[in-house]
Amino acid sequence: MVSGYKGKVLELIKKHGLEVGDRVLAKNERISFSGILMPRSELDDDQHLILKLDDGYNIGLSIEGLVVQKLPSEESKISPPPFEAKSNPSLPKVSIISTGGTIASKVDYRTGAVSPALSARDLYQSVPELGDLADIRTEILLSVLSENIVPENWGSMARSVSNHIKDGAKGVVITHGTDTMGYTAAALSFALSNLPVPVILVGSQRSSDRPSSDAYLNLKGAVFAAARAPFAEVGVLMHGGSSDSSLVVHRGTRVRKLHTSRRDAFASVNALPLARVQDGKIETYGGYRRRGGGELELKANFEEDVVLIKSFPGVPPDIFDPVIHRGFRGIVLEGTGLGHLPESLFPSIRRAIQSGLTVVMASQCLYGRVNMNVYSTGRELLNMGVIPAGDMLPETALVKLMWVLGQTDEPEKIRELFLKNIAGELSERSDFIDVERG
Amino acid sequence: MNGHEAFRGRNLPALAVESVNHHIKVGIEIHQQLDTPKKLFCGCPTVLREEDPHFSILRRLKPTYSELGDLDRAALFESERRRTFCYQGYNDTVCLVELDEEPPHDLNRDAVSISLTVAALLNMTPVDEIHVMRKIVIDGSNTTGFQRTAKIAFDGWLMDGEERITMQSLCLEEDAARKISDTPEMMTYRLDRLGIPLVEIATGPDIHSGEQAERVALQLGRILKATGRMKRGLGTIRQDLNISIEGGTRIEVKGVQELGLISTVVEYEVTRQRNLLLLREELKRRGVTAPRPKVVDVTDVFSSSNGKVIKKALESGGRVQAVLLPGYGGLLKTELQPGRRFGMELSDHAKVFGGVGGIFHTDELPAYGITEEDLRGLRKKVSATENDAVVFVAAEAAVGSVALNAVVMRASEALKGVPGEVRAFNPDGTTHFMRPMPGSARMYPETDVPSIVVGADLLDKIRRDLPELLEKRTERYIKEYGLSKDLAALIVDSPYAITFERLVKSDGLAPSFVAATFEYTLKMLKREGIDVESLEEGQIRDVLIRVHKGEVAKEAVAEIFRWLASNRGRSIEEATRALSLGAVDTAALKAAVAELVGRNMERIRRDGERALSPLMGDLMKTFRGKVGGKVLHELLKEEIRRRLEGAPR
Repeated sequence: MVSGYKGKVLELIKKHGLEVGDRVLAKNERISFSGILMPRSELDDDQHLILKLDDGYNIGLSIEGLVVQKLPSEESKISPPPFEAKSNPSLPKVSIISTGGTIASKVDYRTGAVSPALSARDLYQSVPELGDLADIRTEILLSVLSENIVPENWGSMARSVSNHIKDGAKGVVITHGTDTMGYTAAALSFALSNLPVPVILVGSQRSSDRPSSDAYLNLKGAVFAAARAPFAEVGVLMHGGSSDSSLVVHRGTRVRKLHTSRRDAFASVNALPLARVQDGKIETYGGYRRRGGGELELKANFEEDVVLIKSFPGVPPDIFDPVIHRGFRGIVLEGTGLGHLPESLFPSIRRAIQSGLTVVMASQCLYGRVNMNVYSTGRELLNMGVIPAGDMLPETALVKLMWVLGQTDEPEKIRELFLKNIAGELSERSDFIDVERG
Repeated sequence: MNGHEAFRGRNLPALAVESVNHHIKVGIEIHQQLDTPKKLFCGCPTVLREEDPHFSILRRLKPTYSELGDLDRAALFESERRRTFCYQGYNDTVCLVELDEEPPHDLNRDAVSISLTVAALLNMTPVDEIHVMRKIVIDGSNTTGFQRTAKIAFDGWLMDGEERITMQSLCLEEDAARKISDTPEMMTYRLDRLGIPLVEIATGPDIHSGEQAERVALQLGRILKATGRMKRGLGTIRQDLNISIEGGTRIEVKGVQELGLISTVVEYEVTRQRNLLLLREELKRRGVTAPRPKVVDVTDVFSSSNGKVIKKALESGGRVQAVLLPGYGGLLKTELQPGRRFGMELSDHAKVFGGVGGIFHTDELPAYGITEEDLRGLRKKVSATENDAVVFVAAEAAVGSVALNAVVMRASEALKGVPGEVRAFNPDGTTHFMRPMPGSARMYPETDVPSIVVGADLLDKIRRDLPELLEKRTERYIKEYGLSKDLAALIVDSPYAITFERLVKSDGLAPSFVAATFEYTLKMLKREGIDVESLEEGQIRDVLIRVHKGEVAKEAVAEIFRWLASNRGRSIEEATRALSLGAVDTAALKAAVAELVGRNMERIRRDGERALSPLMGDLMKTFRGKVGGKVLHELLKEEIRRRLEGAPR
């Protein structure tokens, strides 16, 4: 393996039959070093190779006049101590399904490369306290960064959750990359109908190979909530603040990532969170669907041919042409304010609807609900057949439209299903929420 | 090659008396903060603050396992304490990067240039490409759980007389957070210091005495200073010393801040290692084997003891527990360093690992309210003879047991000689146990920071702009500016050298006046407790230029600085107005001069030139500190000339 190397430096490495991890002697007229050949970032140039010196530092050496030579490797691979998974049948059964992301990234301690390879089992191994919270099962479902998740993956996650619940799980934890965790949470909220146990999505903003990672606390909190929470809903659990003290479970259809990097990046929008987890206690807010009762119904079909388009000053009307021609089935518009678009787009919208596309309107304000009766532009859009998304987040409206179109083809059914509250994503009342956005 | 010169201990507190020469090897690691406007990985200013912090957060750190399934011994040691860390910050000078809530920004290029400059001055070879690493440190001093560090250069040298001292490596790293308080449950750090760039320079183990270590450290310090880009003042430079003797072990002494202590620390550590080797010989002679970590509850022996510590511990539900050190009798009294006995080493381990306040041992008793009778009972209980030592603690049972196990561990190590460890120094130059030596540093690449190619262009520029060394600069100041040797040395060594030269060059100010202002006036004000650091260079320059032009009297300079320092953000005009200096407008001044001359025309006609001096005296009475003497003199002469010439008309 010669990862990351290219061009001239790759030629040099290949010429000498070197591989990343080999012990190498490198010298030129000024210097002479022995060290371990390390992988290189794809973005770096093709003029340097990286050596890890015996003191642990990596340095880049110019290949200009550099002579390299493979040295015998004195390293003998010691296998890690075998890991015994604790099993305590008296504790509630909780399944951990891993899908990848920062919470599941791992450092290769020889080369220092970070890869998304940590399995649910590895996580359990690095946080053995999980065994005191629940009787744990693990499954590696996917190993992808969350920006690469596709709607089809939501389907397989939903099916996996369903299987674990059938096998007796009293709660399910899904480890997930944070970038699109909100989308997945909404998708599972719709797909897992009549859910009997909590399903907790959990991620981390600092990778678990770092001592300061939020993964440990989040994972412990997620398993605890899956095992003990009174609600049977899909939730996203992350830090409630910058401190390693309180965790918050957000309702899957109401949650959005609102910060690129902070531990408390996730927030509930237009709704209170489901619960706060702190000091070994779960404190719920307001109403929720209770645990128990009923048979889980899997409705895991999603129509992928739906797009989300944001309005902005000067948005060109012809961006809708390919969407209409290519035969997409739905458009979620992220309008301005109460749900508005520039009038220049009206002909395009009208054509889309006439071509059989479902067009819904959410607001780019995020907070608040759309109301298209206040101004004439709104009323005109309603007359064309645009469906208002109420106080749904635009991303939730997108996922919901994909789900609705995956359930039915009939225009009247589509409208009816979209306007109906399925999983707490839509409310008639706008609460005056005057607490910290937790 | 460096022949290891045998150490001839000079003025050593000769606790160890034997004839063997011990080869001493000392390496210095200097950590010096750079004076950059921004931190190493973010845009925050590099300022330390004393007012109440604006916010604080709580965090925990977890040691990460290596693929081999092992944990670093030092890391494990910290994690066993499972503490919560509190981090304090300021909204305007600490950002999400220090809080570990945002990835680091690109490596500060200014800091890289300064490091390369220092490397060039130390004849080092720079790396071709800089890679930032994460060095795992989980004592909480870094919010991330690691310190970011990059190797910049290696393999240089400097001369100490005839001896060549290797400069092994130069690293650019981020400084750690500042410890504010420390309790068993919570460690509090302030984030203002975290991320300030610092250079770490490590010499080879080529130094052979304490004096030499001190000389090398001094020389290194002066080379760093020559760049004009180093922070100054307490805590901005720290020296770690690596010390070993033949047959001993490498010991790291952390954070020596005073140069003058280096030789003492080295000498005392050499003494300690020698004495530990002697102790080993004595243990061998006695046929002692490693003591067993068998902790015995001896609470009943002390149930009616009058010992204050014991009484208090028992009252709060504690136990008295003991371990037997067979054959160690009398050896705990062995003095290893002045005033520091072997028993104290045991005690330090008990304190650090067990968190107890201290230990008792039979070599220092009866004392502290513990009687001969208590001791008889104790010895009987653990079956100790007069040849044995007994160590005991009064504390909560679990805590006491951990502490005594640590004591047994340390006592066993005495059979091997000198255990490798990190030590902290005491104000008198002796040292105490701090923590075990960290394993081979656990370092991983900082994947969030792109590497930097050290190009030929950059290196050419660094070499072209290499700063003048302090010795050279002193000579030049004497020659070029006519400064006295003393004043030249002072200004070169002060933080103002570069400012001094700029003022003299750009504004044509008198060198000795400028130098004296910095070295005498400002220092005098500093001694008065005035915050002269708050004066901006522009302000100082402005005042000096006004003096030069005669708008402000030389005598008023100190007064103006005093006022500006205590009225931050205000202008020099405001200062002169407030002090009613220089507020005299030219018309009023001219009128006053004209009036004075008019009143004294008779005398002027009579005495000519000689009349000038008493008149000048009169003027000074009115305008002292407001108008420069030179200006007054000029005006007076001018007026007299005018009158005398114009008189006929």
